Amino acid sequence: MIHVESLTKYYNDLCAVDQISFDISKGEIMGLLGPNGAGKTTTLQILTGFLRPTSGSIRVKDYSIDEDSLQIKKLLGYLPESAPLYHDMLVYDYLNYVANIRRIDSSKKISRIRHLADLCSIREVMHKTINELSKGFKQRVGLAHAMMDDPEILVLDEPTSGLDPNQIIEIRDIIKQIGKEKTVILSTHILSEAEATCDRIVIINKGKIVANDSTQALKQSASGNNLISISLQNAKLESVKQQLTSISGISDILQVSDDNGILNLELTCMSAADIRGDIYKKVRQTDWILLEMHQETQTLENIFRELTREN
Amino acid sequence: MRQAFFIFKREFRTYFVSPIAYIVISFFLLVTGWFFFTTFFLYNQANLRNFFSLLPIIFSFVVPAITMRLFSEEFNVGSYETLLTMPVTFLDVVLGKFMASVAFIAAMLVPTLAYPLTVGFLGQLDWGPVVGGYIGAILLGAAFSAIGLLSSSMTRNQIIAFITGMAICFCLVMIDKMLFFLPRFSLVFFQYLGADHHFQNISKGIIDSRDILYFLSISFIGLYGTHLVLQEKN
Repeated sequence: MIHVESLTKYYNDLCAVDQISFDISKGEIMGLLGPNGAGKTTTLQILTGFLRPTSGSIRVKDYSIDEDSLQIKKLLGYLPESAPLYHDMLVYDYLNYVANIRRIDSSKKISRIRHLADLCSIREVMHKTINELSKGFKQRVGLAHAMMDDPEILVLDEPTSGLDPNQIIEIRDIIKQIGKEKTVILSTHILSEAEATCDRIVIINKGKIVANDSTQALKQSASGNNLISISLQNAKLESVKQQLTSISGISDILQVSDDNGILNLELTCMSAADIRGDIYKKVRQTDWILLEMHQETQTLENIFRELTREN
Repeated sequence: MRQAFFIFKREFRTYFVSPIAYIVISFFLLVTGWFFFTTFFLYNQANLRNFFSLLPIIFSFVVPAITMRLFSEEFNVGSYETLLTMPVTFLDVVLGKFMASVAFIAAMLVPTLAYPLTVGFLGQLDWGPVVGGYIGAILLGAAFSAIGLLSSSMTRNQIIAFITGMAICFCLVMIDKMLFFLPRFSLVFFQYLGADHHFQNISKGIIDSRDILYFLSISFIGLYGTHLVLQEKN
Protein backbone atom coordinates (compact mmCIF):
# COMPACT_ATOMS: atom_id res chain seq x y z
CA MET A 1 0.00 0.00 0.00
CA ILE A 2 2.62 2.51 1.07
CA HIS A 3 6.26 2.11 0.25
CA VAL A 4 8.76 4.53 1.75
CA GLU A 5 12.34 4.31 0.64
CA SER A 6 15.41 6.04 2.10
CA LEU A 7 13.46 9.14 2.95
CA THR A 8 15.63 12.05 4.07
CA LYS A 9 14.66 15.55 5.08
CA TYR A 10 16.97 18.39 6.02
CA TYR A 11 15.84 21.67 7.53
CA ASN A 12 18.80 23.74 6.45
CA ASP A 13 21.60 21.90 8.23
CA LEU A 14 19.42 19.98 10.65
CA CYS A 15 18.70 16.44 9.61
CA ALA A 16 15.16 15.69 10.77
CA VAL A 17 14.66 12.41 8.97
CA ASP A 18 17.59 10.25 7.96
CA GLN A 19 17.27 7.47 5.40
CA ILE A 20 13.99 6.02 6.61
CA SER A 21 12.51 3.05 4.77
CA PHE A 22 9.41 1.08 5.62
CA ASP A 23 6.36 -0.52 4.07
CA ILE A 24 2.78 -0.44 5.22
CA SER A 25 0.32 -2.97 3.94
CA LYS A 26 -3.40 -2.51 3.54
CA GLY A 27 -5.56 -2.65 6.64
CA GLU A 28 -2.70 -2.21 9.04
CA ILE A 29 -2.61 0.15 11.99
CA MET A 30 0.95 1.38 12.22
CA GLY A 31 2.27 3.29 15.16
CA LEU A 32 5.15 5.69 14.73
CA LEU A 33 6.88 6.05 18.06
CA GLY A 34 9.73 8.17 19.19
CA PRO A 35 10.82 10.77 21.72
CA ASN A 36 10.10 14.44 21.13
CA GLY A 37 11.90 15.79 18.10
CA ALA A 38 12.63 12.35 16.68
CA GLY A 39 11.14 13.23 13.31
CA LYS A 40 7.68 11.68 13.62
CA THR A 41 5.74 14.73 12.52
CA THR A 42 8.17 15.47 9.71
CA THR A 43 7.80 11.93 8.39
CA LEU A 44 4.03 12.23 8.42
CA GLN A 45 4.13 15.66 6.81
CA ILE A 46 6.21 14.30 3.96
CA LEU A 47 3.92 11.32 3.64
CA THR A 48 0.89 13.57 3.30
CA GLY A 49 2.56 15.73 0.69
CA PHE A 50 2.80 18.82 2.87
CA LEU A 51 6.60 18.84 2.87
CA ARG A 52 8.85 17.77 0.09
CA PRO A 53 11.61 15.32 1.01
CA THR A 54 15.23 16.29 0.45
CA SER A 55 15.75 12.86 -1.06
CA GLY A 56 14.09 9.47 -1.12
CA SER A 57 10.82 8.32 -2.55
CA ILE A 58 7.33 7.48 -1.39
CA ARG A 59 4.86 5.40 -3.35
CA VAL A 60 1.24 5.12 -2.32
CA LYS A 61 -0.48 2.40 -4.31
CA ASP A 62 0.82 3.13 -7.79
CA TYR A 63 1.31 6.83 -7.30
CA SER A 64 4.61 8.50 -6.63
CA ILE A 65 4.57 11.53 -4.36
CA ASP A 66 6.68 13.62 -6.73
CA GLU A 67 4.36 13.31 -9.66
CA ASP A 68 0.88 12.52 -8.43
CA SER A 69 0.72 14.21 -5.06
CA LEU A 70 -2.81 15.37 -5.85
CA GLN A 71 -3.92 11.75 -6.37
CA ILE A 72 -2.26 10.73 -3.13
CA LYS A 73 -3.92 13.57 -1.28
CA LYS A 74 -7.25 12.23 -2.47
CA LEU A 75 -6.48 8.85 -0.90
CA LEU A 76 -5.27 10.30 2.37
CA GLY A 77 -7.05 11.77 5.31
CA TYR A 78 -4.73 13.69 7.61
CA LEU A 79 -5.20 15.05 11.10
CA PRO A 80 -2.25 17.28 12.01
CA GLU A 81 -1.06 17.62 15.56
CA SER A 82 -3.39 19.66 17.78
CA ALA A 83 -5.96 19.84 14.96
CA PRO A 84 -5.37 23.30 13.50
CA LEU A 85 -8.74 24.26 12.02
CA TYR A 86 -10.23 27.58 10.99
CA HIS A 87 -11.24 28.79 14.40
CA ASP A 88 -13.82 31.34 13.30
CA MET A 89 -16.02 28.88 11.42
CA LEU A 90 -18.98 26.89 12.63
CA VAL A 91 -18.29 23.17 12.87
CA TYR A 92 -21.02 22.42 10.37
CA ASP A 93 -19.77 25.07 7.94
CA TYR A 94 -16.28 23.74 8.24
CA LEU A 95 -17.27 20.15 7.51
CA ASN A 96 -19.40 21.36 4.64
CA TYR A 97 -16.41 23.26 3.25
CA VAL A 98 -14.21 20.17 3.54
CA ALA A 99 -16.88 18.09 1.81
CA ASN A 100 -16.96 20.60 -1.04
CA ILE A 101 -13.20 20.66 -1.44
CA ARG A 102 -13.11 16.88 -1.38
CA ARG A 103 -15.77 16.87 -4.08
CA ILE A 104 -18.44 14.94 -2.30
CA ASP A 105 -21.70 14.80 -4.21
CA SER A 106 -24.11 17.38 -2.91
CA SER A 107 -26.77 14.67 -2.63
CA LYS A 108 -24.58 12.57 -0.34
CA LYS A 109 -23.02 15.47 1.53
CA ILE A 110 -25.60 15.90 4.27
CA SER A 111 -25.81 12.20 5.05
CA ARG A 112 -22.01 11.91 5.09
CA ILE A 113 -21.64 14.81 7.50
CA ARG A 114 -24.38 13.37 9.68
CA HIS A 115 -22.71 9.97 9.69
CA LEU A 116 -19.36 11.48 10.70
CA ALA A 117 -21.02 13.58 13.38
CA ASP A 118 -22.40 10.39 14.88
CA LEU A 119 -19.18 8.45 14.53
CA CYS A 120 -17.10 11.14 16.21
CA SER A 121 -19.97 12.16 18.53
CA ILE A 122 -19.85 15.85 17.68
CA ARG A 123 -23.57 16.22 17.08
CA GLU A 124 -24.12 18.66 19.91
CA VAL A 125 -21.37 21.05 18.79
CA MET A 126 -22.28 21.26 15.10
CA HIS A 127 -23.52 24.83 15.46
CA LYS A 128 -20.74 26.20 17.61
CA THR A 129 -17.71 28.03 16.29
CA ILE A 130 -14.53 25.99 16.41
CA ASN A 131 -12.72 28.30 18.84
CA GLU A 132 -15.47 27.69 21.40
CA LEU A 133 -14.73 23.98 21.47
CA SER A 134 -12.68 22.17 24.06
CA LYS A 135 -9.53 20.44 22.97
CA GLY A 136 -11.23 17.05 22.85
CA PHE A 137 -14.04 18.22 20.63
CA LYS A 138 -11.62 20.05 18.37
CA GLN A 139 -9.68 16.83 17.98
CA ARG A 140 -12.86 14.99 17.08
CA VAL A 141 -13.84 17.60 14.51
CA GLY A 142 -10.34 17.18 13.10
CA LEU A 143 -10.93 13.44 12.93
CA ALA A 144 -14.21 14.00 11.11
CA HIS A 145 -12.34 16.32 8.74
CA ALA A 146 -9.76 13.61 8.05
CA MET A 147 -12.39 10.95 7.40
CA MET A 148 -14.65 13.09 5.24
CA ASP A 149 -13.79 11.37 1.99
CA ASP A 150 -13.83 7.89 3.54
CA PRO A 151 -10.12 7.77 2.71
CA GLU A 152 -8.26 4.51 2.30
CA ILE A 153 -5.39 5.76 4.40
CA LEU A 154 -5.77 7.76 7.57
CA VAL A 155 -2.78 9.60 8.98
CA LEU A 156 -3.09 10.88 12.53
CA ASP A 157 -0.42 12.91 14.26
CA GLU A 158 -0.67 12.46 18.02
CA PRO A 159 -4.42 12.05 17.95
CA THR A 160 -4.79 11.78 21.71
CA SER A 161 -2.38 14.43 22.96
CA GLY A 162 -3.90 16.72 25.51
CA LEU A 163 -7.08 14.75 25.99
CA ASP A 164 -8.48 13.49 29.27
CA PRO A 165 -8.47 9.72 29.93
CA ASN A 166 -12.10 9.26 28.91
CA GLN A 167 -11.59 11.09 25.67
CA ILE A 168 -8.42 9.12 24.97
CA ILE A 169 -10.34 5.88 25.27
CA GLU A 170 -13.11 7.21 23.03
CA ILE A 171 -10.69 8.35 20.32
CA ARG A 172 -8.82 5.07 20.59
CA ASP A 173 -12.04 3.15 20.07
CA ILE A 174 -12.83 5.23 17.02
CA ILE A 175 -9.37 4.57 15.60
CA LYS A 176 -9.70 0.85 16.22
CA GLN A 177 -13.08 0.83 14.58
CA ILE A 178 -11.72 2.61 11.51
CA GLY A 179 -8.64 0.41 11.48
CA LYS A 180 -10.74 -2.64 10.75
CA GLU A 181 -11.18 -1.52 7.16
CA LYS A 182 -8.62 1.21 6.60
CA THR A 183 -4.91 1.65 6.77
CA VAL A 184 -4.09 3.88 9.72
CA ILE A 185 -0.78 5.50 10.52
CA LEU A 186 -0.59 7.25 13.86
CA SER A 187 2.24 8.87 15.70
CA THR A 188 2.41 9.03 19.43
CA HIS A 189 4.82 9.09 22.29
CA ILE A 190 2.43 7.30 24.61
CA LEU A 191 3.57 3.69 24.58
CA SER A 192 0.53 2.10 26.11
CA GLU A 193 -1.51 3.71 23.38
CA ALA A 194 0.61 2.24 20.62
CA GLU A 195 0.47 -1.11 22.36
CA ALA A 196 -3.30 -0.97 22.65
CA THR A 197 -4.10 0.15 19.13
CA CYS A 198 -1.32 -0.69 16.71
CA ASP A 199 -0.63 -3.88 14.77
CA ARG A 200 2.87 -2.76 13.99
CA ILE A 201 5.26 -0.35 15.59
CA VAL A 202 8.07 1.66 14.09
CA ILE A 203 10.29 3.39 16.59
CA ILE A 204 12.40 6.25 15.34
CA ASN A 205 15.05 8.18 17.16
CA LYS A 206 16.95 11.17 15.83
CA GLY A 207 15.53 10.60 12.39
CA LYS A 208 16.55 6.95 12.15
CA ILE A 209 14.47 3.81 12.47
CA VAL A 210 15.61 1.82 15.47
CA ALA A 211 12.86 -0.78 15.53
CA ASN A 212 10.24 -1.94 13.07
CA ASP A 213 8.21 -4.97 14.01
CA SER A 214 4.76 -6.18 14.87
CA THR A 215 3.57 -5.18 18.32
CA GLN A 216 3.53 -8.84 19.41
CA ALA A 217 7.09 -9.50 18.31
CA LEU A 218 8.36 -6.36 19.94
CA LYS A 219 6.69 -7.27 23.20
CA GLN A 220 8.15 -10.75 23.09
CA SER A 221 11.62 -9.47 22.44
CA ALA A 222 11.15 -7.14 25.36
CA SER A 223 10.05 -9.88 27.72
CA GLY A 224 13.30 -11.87 27.32
CA ASN A 225 14.46 -10.52 30.65
CA ASN A 226 11.88 -10.78 33.37
CA LEU A 227 11.97 -9.23 36.77
CA ILE A 228 10.22 -10.84 39.73
CA SER A 229 9.89 -8.98 42.99
CA ILE A 230 9.27 -10.90 46.17
CA SER A 231 8.89 -9.86 49.78
CA LEU A 232 9.78 -12.39 52.45
CA GLN A 233 9.45 -12.23 56.20
CA ASN A 234 11.59 -14.17 58.55
CA ALA A 235 14.31 -14.83 56.02
CA LYS A 236 18.01 -14.19 55.69
CA LEU A 237 19.56 -13.05 52.46
CA GLU A 238 22.25 -15.76 52.36
CA SER A 239 19.89 -18.63 52.87
CA VAL A 240 17.44 -17.21 50.34
CA LYS A 241 20.22 -16.94 47.79
CA GLN A 242 21.29 -20.45 48.54
CA GLN A 243 17.81 -21.83 48.12
CA LEU A 244 16.75 -19.91 45.06
CA THR A 245 19.85 -20.17 42.91
CA SER A 246 19.00 -23.80 42.40
CA ILE A 247 15.97 -22.81 40.37
CA SER A 248 16.96 -22.79 36.75
CA GLY A 249 16.47 -19.51 35.00
CA ILE A 250 17.31 -17.13 37.82
CA SER A 251 20.42 -15.26 36.88
CA ASP A 252 20.65 -12.69 39.60
CA ILE A 253 19.24 -11.94 43.03
CA LEU A 254 19.31 -8.41 44.26
CA GLN A 255 18.35 -7.06 47.65
CA VAL A 256 16.27 -3.96 47.29
CA SER A 257 15.67 -3.23 50.96
CA ASP A 258 15.40 -4.87 54.34
CA ASP A 259 13.00 -3.16 56.70
CA ASN A 260 11.86 -4.69 59.97
CA GLY A 261 12.76 -8.18 58.97
CA ILE A 262 10.92 -7.97 55.65
CA LEU A 263 13.28 -8.76 52.84
CA ASN A 264 12.49 -7.23 49.48
CA LEU A 265 14.26 -8.93 46.62
CA GLU A 266 14.41 -8.55 42.90
CA LEU A 267 15.08 -11.65 40.86
CA THR A 268 16.26 -11.38 37.28
CA CYS A 269 15.41 -14.35 35.16
CA MET A 270 16.57 -14.93 31.66
CA SER A 271 14.02 -17.28 30.21
CA ALA A 272 10.58 -16.28 29.14
CA ALA A 273 9.14 -19.23 31.06
CA ASP A 274 7.15 -18.45 34.17
CA ILE A 275 9.13 -19.62 37.21
CA ARG A 276 6.89 -18.17 39.89
CA GLY A 277 5.53 -21.62 40.67
CA ASP A 278 9.03 -22.95 41.27
CA ILE A 279 9.79 -20.08 43.58
CA TYR A 280 6.63 -20.70 45.56
CA LYS A 281 7.47 -24.40 45.94
CA LYS A 282 10.91 -23.51 47.29
CA VAL A 283 9.47 -21.00 49.73
CA ARG A 284 6.95 -23.55 51.00
CA GLN A 285 9.75 -25.89 51.99
CA THR A 286 11.15 -23.26 54.38
CA ASP A 287 9.64 -21.30 57.26
CA TRP A 288 9.75 -17.97 55.41
CA ILE A 289 6.51 -16.09 55.08
CA LEU A 290 5.76 -14.99 51.56
CA LEU A 291 4.15 -11.57 51.71
CA GLU A 292 4.24 -10.57 48.10
CA MET A 293 5.38 -11.83 44.75
CA HIS A 294 4.78 -10.31 41.36
CA GLN A 295 6.28 -10.41 37.95
CA GLU A 296 7.04 -7.10 36.39
CA THR A 297 5.70 -7.43 32.93
CA GLN A 298 8.27 -5.75 30.81
CA THR A 299 6.33 -3.75 28.33
CA LEU A 300 7.38 -1.68 25.39
CA GLU A 301 8.58 0.93 27.77
CA ASN A 302 11.86 -0.80 28.46
CA ILE A 303 12.64 -1.54 24.88
CA PHE A 304 11.72 2.01 23.97
CA ARG A 305 13.99 3.41 26.64
CA GLU A 306 16.80 1.14 25.57
CA LEU A 307 16.53 2.07 21.92
CA THR A 308 16.13 5.79 22.33
CA ARG A 309 18.45 6.48 25.23
CA GLU A 310 21.15 9.07 24.72
CA ASN A 311 24.29 7.33 23.55
CA MET B 1 -10.57 25.03 -10.45
CA ARG B 2 -13.69 24.12 -8.51
CA GLN B 3 -11.54 23.94 -5.42
CA ALA B 4 -10.42 27.54 -5.99
CA PHE B 5 -14.06 28.56 -6.00
CA PHE B 6 -14.72 26.87 -2.65
CA ILE B 7 -11.65 28.47 -1.13
CA PHE B 8 -12.84 31.82 -2.48
CA LYS B 9 -16.27 31.27 -0.95
CA ARG B 10 -14.85 30.40 2.43
CA GLU B 11 -12.45 33.35 2.52
CA PHE B 12 -15.11 35.78 1.38
CA ARG B 13 -17.54 34.60 4.03
CA THR B 14 -14.87 34.73 6.71
CA TYR B 15 -14.38 38.43 6.01
CA PHE B 16 -17.96 39.15 6.89
CA VAL B 17 -18.09 36.86 9.91
CA SER B 18 -15.34 38.77 11.67
CA PRO B 19 -15.58 42.46 12.55
CA ILE B 20 -12.52 43.28 10.41
CA ALA B 21 -14.63 43.66 7.27
CA TYR B 22 -16.94 46.20 8.83
CA ILE B 23 -14.10 48.16 10.39
CA VAL B 24 -12.18 48.34 7.11
CA ILE B 25 -15.27 49.28 5.11
CA SER B 26 -16.35 51.99 7.52
CA PHE B 27 -12.82 53.38 7.67
CA PHE B 28 -12.66 53.45 3.90
CA LEU B 29 -16.05 55.12 3.52
CA LEU B 30 -15.32 57.69 6.20
CA VAL B 31 -11.99 58.71 4.70
CA THR B 32 -13.16 58.84 1.10
CA GLY B 33 -16.44 60.52 2.02
CA TRP B 34 -14.74 63.13 4.12
CA PHE B 35 -12.07 64.08 1.58
CA PHE B 36 -14.49 64.06 -1.29
CA PHE B 37 -17.34 66.07 0.14
CA THR B 38 -15.36 68.68 2.09
CA THR B 39 -14.11 70.16 -1.17
CA PHE B 40 -16.95 69.10 -3.44
CA PHE B 41 -19.17 72.15 -2.89
CA LEU B 42 -16.20 74.53 -3.09
CA TYR B 43 -15.32 73.36 -6.59
CA ASN B 44 -18.97 73.37 -7.55
CA GLN B 45 -18.36 70.88 -10.36
CA ALA B 46 -20.41 67.77 -10.96
CA ASN B 47 -17.64 65.21 -11.29
CA LEU B 48 -15.94 62.57 -9.19
CA ARG B 49 -12.39 63.46 -10.10
CA ASN B 50 -11.52 64.26 -6.51
CA PHE B 51 -12.79 60.95 -5.29
CA PHE B 52 -10.85 58.96 -7.85
CA SER B 53 -7.66 60.97 -7.45
CA LEU B 54 -7.59 59.94 -3.82
CA LEU B 55 -8.33 56.26 -4.34
CA PRO B 56 -4.78 55.00 -5.09
CA ILE B 57 -3.32 56.44 -1.93
CA ILE B 58 -6.23 55.20 0.21
CA PHE B 59 -6.09 51.78 -1.43
CA SER B 60 -2.40 51.49 -0.66
CA PHE B 61 -3.37 51.49 3.03
CA VAL B 62 -6.66 49.66 2.92
CA VAL B 63 -5.89 46.79 0.52
CA PRO B 64 -2.89 45.43 2.45
CA ALA B 65 -5.11 45.48 5.55
CA ILE B 66 -7.57 43.28 3.68
CA THR B 67 -4.98 40.84 2.40
CA MET B 68 -2.66 40.67 5.41
CA ARG B 69 -4.45 37.78 7.08
CA LEU B 70 -4.97 35.61 4.03
CA PHE B 71 -1.78 33.58 4.43
CA SER B 72 -0.17 34.86 7.63
CA GLU B 73 -3.06 33.77 9.78
CA GLU B 74 -3.13 30.31 8.23
CA PHE B 75 0.59 29.86 8.83
CA ASN B 76 0.21 31.05 12.38
CA VAL B 77 -2.77 28.88 13.32
CA GLY B 78 -1.41 25.93 11.35
CA SER B 79 -4.57 25.52 9.30
CA TYR B 80 -2.35 25.89 6.25
CA GLU B 81 -1.33 22.29 6.87
CA THR B 82 -4.90 21.02 6.87
CA LEU B 83 -5.61 23.07 3.77
CA LEU B 84 -2.65 21.82 1.78
CA THR B 85 -3.12 18.18 2.67
CA MET B 86 -6.54 18.28 1.08
CA PRO B 87 -6.57 17.67 -2.67
CA VAL B 88 -5.86 21.25 -3.74
CA THR B 89 -3.05 22.75 -5.78
CA PHE B 90 -1.08 25.88 -4.95
CA LEU B 91 -2.83 27.57 -7.84
CA ASP B 92 -6.26 26.85 -6.32
CA VAL B 93 -5.16 28.32 -3.01
CA VAL B 94 -3.61 31.45 -4.50
CA LEU B 95 -6.47 32.14 -6.91
CA GLY B 96 -9.16 31.47 -4.31
CA LYS B 97 -7.65 33.92 -1.88
CA PHE B 98 -6.97 36.50 -4.57
CA MET B 99 -10.55 36.37 -5.82
CA ALA B 100 -11.85 36.71 -2.27
CA SER B 101 -9.80 39.85 -1.78
CA VAL B 102 -10.91 41.39 -5.09
CA ALA B 103 -14.53 40.52 -4.37
CA PHE B 104 -14.21 42.14 -0.97
CA ILE B 105 -12.82 45.32 -2.55
CA ALA B 106 -15.73 45.32 -4.97
CA ALA B 107 -18.13 44.96 -2.04
CA MET B 108 -16.36 47.83 -0.33
CA LEU B 109 -16.84 50.04 -3.39
CA VAL B 110 -20.55 49.35 -3.69
CA PRO B 111 -21.62 51.87 -1.00
CA THR B 112 -19.57 54.58 -2.76
CA LEU B 113 -22.00 54.33 -5.68
CA ALA B 114 -24.01 56.73 -3.56
CA TYR B 115 -21.53 59.48 -4.52
CA PRO B 116 -22.13 59.44 -8.29
CA LEU B 117 -25.85 59.05 -7.67
CA THR B 118 -25.88 62.11 -5.39
CA VAL B 119 -23.72 64.09 -7.78
CA GLY B 120 -25.85 63.05 -10.75
CA PHE B 121 -28.87 64.29 -8.84
CA LEU B 122 -27.24 67.65 -8.13
CA GLY B 123 -25.84 68.38 -11.58
CA GLN B 124 -25.00 67.14 -15.02
CA LEU B 125 -22.67 64.17 -14.37
CA ASP B 126 -20.62 62.68 -17.18
CA TRP B 127 -20.98 58.95 -16.58
CA GLY B 128 -18.05 57.91 -18.80
CA PRO B 129 -15.28 58.80 -16.35
CA VAL B 130 -17.33 57.32 -13.50
CA VAL B 131 -17.60 53.93 -15.18
CA GLY B 132 -13.91 54.13 -16.13
CA GLY B 133 -13.06 55.08 -12.57
CA TYR B 134 -14.81 52.06 -11.13
CA ILE B 135 -13.21 49.69 -13.64
CA GLY B 136 -9.87 51.25 -12.76
CA ALA B 137 -10.59 50.89 -9.05
CA ILE B 138 -11.21 47.17 -9.45
CA LEU B 139 -8.04 46.77 -11.51
CA LEU B 140 -6.06 48.77 -8.99
CA GLY B 141 -7.56 46.74 -6.16
CA ALA B 142 -6.62 43.52 -7.94
CA ALA B 143 -3.03 44.66 -8.47
CA PHE B 144 -2.66 45.75 -4.85
CA SER B 145 -4.33 42.53 -3.65
CA ALA B 146 -1.72 40.50 -5.50
CA ILE B 147 1.04 42.52 -3.85
CA GLY B 148 -0.64 42.18 -0.44
CA LEU B 149 -1.02 38.44 -0.98
CA LEU B 150 2.66 38.12 -1.80
CA SER B 151 3.70 39.95 1.36
CA SER B 152 1.25 37.87 3.40
CA SER B 153 2.69 34.64 2.01
CA MET B 154 6.16 35.57 3.19
CA THR B 155 5.49 35.89 6.91
CA ARG B 156 3.38 34.44 9.66
CA ASN B 157 3.03 37.84 11.29
CA GLN B 158 0.06 39.84 10.04
CA ILE B 159 1.52 43.20 11.04
CA ILE B 160 4.69 42.58 9.06
CA ALA B 161 2.56 41.45 6.11
CA PHE B 162 0.54 44.67 6.35
CA ILE B 163 3.54 46.96 6.57
CA THR B 164 5.49 45.36 3.70
CA GLY B 165 2.39 45.27 1.51
CA MET B 166 1.62 48.88 2.31
CA ALA B 167 5.20 49.98 1.66
CA ILE B 168 5.24 48.41 -1.80
CA CYS B 169 1.81 49.77 -2.77
CA PHE B 170 2.67 53.21 -1.41
CA CYS B 171 5.89 53.29 -3.44
CA LEU B 172 4.01 52.33 -6.59
CA VAL B 173 1.58 55.19 -6.01
CA MET B 174 4.19 57.78 -5.13
CA ILE B 175 6.84 56.90 -7.68
CA ASP B 176 5.56 59.17 -10.45
CA LYS B 177 5.37 62.09 -8.02
CA MET B 178 9.09 61.70 -7.34
CA LEU B 179 10.22 61.82 -10.95
CA PHE B 180 11.81 65.19 -10.19
CA PHE B 181 14.66 63.46 -8.35
CA LEU B 182 15.37 60.86 -10.95
CA PRO B 183 17.81 61.00 -13.88
CA ARG B 184 16.28 62.08 -17.13
CA PHE B 185 16.79 58.88 -19.14
CA SER B 186 14.84 56.82 -16.61
CA LEU B 187 11.80 59.07 -16.47
CA VAL B 188 9.66 57.20 -18.95
CA PHE B 189 10.37 53.92 -17.26
CA PHE B 190 9.47 55.16 -13.79
CA GLN B 191 6.42 56.95 -15.01
CA TYR B 192 5.24 53.72 -16.55
CA LEU B 193 5.90 51.97 -13.25
CA GLY B 194 3.68 54.37 -11.27
CA ALA B 195 0.24 53.01 -10.44
CA ASP B 196 -1.27 56.44 -10.01
CA HIS B 197 -0.44 57.53 -13.55
CA HIS B 198 -2.24 54.53 -15.07
CA PHE B 199 -5.16 54.79 -12.73
CA GLN B 200 -5.74 58.46 -13.46
CA ASN B 201 -5.78 57.68 -17.19
CA ILE B 202 -8.55 55.15 -16.75
CA SER B 203 -10.51 57.33 -14.37
CA LYS B 204 -10.61 60.07 -17.01
CA GLY B 205 -12.66 57.61 -19.01
CA ILE B 206 -9.85 56.66 -21.36
CA ILE B 207 -9.54 52.92 -21.36
CA ASP B 208 -6.14 52.28 -22.87
CA SER B 209 -4.78 48.76 -23.32
CA ARG B 210 -1.42 49.90 -21.87
CA ASP B 211 -3.02 50.83 -18.57
CA ILE B 212 -5.02 47.65 -18.37
CA LEU B 213 -1.94 45.65 -19.26
CA TYR B 214 -0.05 47.42 -16.48
CA PHE B 215 -2.54 46.39 -13.79
CA LEU B 216 -2.83 42.87 -15.13
CA SER B 217 0.93 42.43 -15.19
CA ILE B 218 1.30 43.73 -11.61
CA SER B 219 -1.40 41.24 -10.55
CA PHE B 220 0.31 38.47 -12.44
CA ILE B 221 3.72 39.22 -10.93
CA GLY B 222 2.23 39.32 -7.43
CA LEU B 223 0.34 36.07 -7.85
CA TYR B 224 3.21 34.29 -9.53
CA GLY B 225 5.53 35.43 -6.74
CA THR B 226 3.08 34.10 -4.17
CA HIS B 227 2.95 30.81 -6.01
CA LEU B 228 6.73 30.59 -5.96
CA VAL B 229 6.90 31.45 -2.25
CA LEU B 230 4.39 28.71 -1.41
CA GLN B 231 6.27 26.19 -3.51
CA GLU B 232 9.51 27.14 -1.84
CA LYS B 233 7.96 26.83 1.63
CA ASN B 234 7.79 23.04 1.59
